[in-house]
Amino acid sequence: MELTVNGTGRTLPAGATVADAVGLVTDQRRGLAVAVNGEVVPRGGWPATPLRDGDHVEVLSAAQGG
Amino acid sequence: MSHEGSAFELGGVTFGSRLILGTGGAASLHALEQAIRASGTELVTLALRRVDTAPGMGGGLLDLLDRCGVRLLPNTAGCYTAGEAVKVAHLAREAFGTDWVKLEVIGDERTLLPDGVELLRAAETLVADGFTVLPYTSDDPILARRLADVGCAAVMPAGAPIGSGLGVNNPHHIRLIRQSVDVPVILDAGIGTASDAALAMELGCDAVLLASAVTRAADPVAMASAMRYAVEAGRLAAGAGRIPRRFHALASTPDEGRPAL
Repeated sequence: MELTVNGTGRTLPAGATVADAVGLVTDQRRGLAVAVNGEVVPRGGWPATPLRDGDHVEVLSAAQGG
Repeated sequence: MSHEGSAFELGGVTFGSRLILGTGGAASLHALEQAIRASGTELVTLALRRVDTAPGMGGGLLDLLDRCGVRLLPNTAGCYTAGEAVKVAHLAREAFGTDWVKLEVIGDERTLLPDGVELLRAAETLVADGFTVLPYTSDDPILARRLADVGCAAVMPAGAPIGSGLGVNNPHHIRLIRQSVDVPVILDAGIGTASDAALAMELGCDAVLLASAVTRAADPVAMASAMRYAVEAGRLAAGAGRIPRRFHALASTPDEGRPAL
């Protein structure tokens, strides 16, 4: 399936989960948050939350900011 | 310097330092760490961005803040609507495990000044969602009161636009805000140099939040140290009862006993 992770088009196998999408963009384990189509997906739910074709996934972490 | 005298309470937590440092604008993580340590701050802001925008930054920044032993204050920088800011606050809570948020909802990118209508709306929602909300607001005493009324843990009026270094543009309004609310008042944004931070404290602010003034100074560590002492000096002066301003001089040396030469 085709989806967008952090603004970039990606291809993932059918049945892929939020955890798989996170693994595409980072090895970091702490300090992460994920939104799928604008909705927060709590960390505990990543491995069990399936993604669908066309989903927009944002994988976020700490950045410098005032 | 006495720790006890300068302590203040914010969101149910007691802080020894009244300087809150923003991490934006630092040239490197190393420079940032040195500045944080020199400032003596115990509360530091950070932002939430795509993890692959600056590889290695996210984890490195969190490790650094851990080492410094500071509390995290995530911001909602870059949000233009209440809906967007509320979502970012929830994501930050998920990422950083804190329900504290520096709530920013800006009105336009040229001034980066707050959009009061959206800000109040977002504050109300986040307080209901259990957040400790610290809103970056304008120097409007009425809006500050409305933010306190909906349950914000502090109000953080801008002294001047973010990053402008113009200081405290409307000192009278900052004083009015101090009189209008019972929650801590934190001067946020606009500070350029140490005297601006001292003035904010002399006006009655409980704390000062600044980033660029330190991170973009030619010598961030020296400026961080200057800000630490400026905030403390301003706090002491505010409670010391300054002399009234006079139009003419008033000699400090007595005339009595002056020799006839």
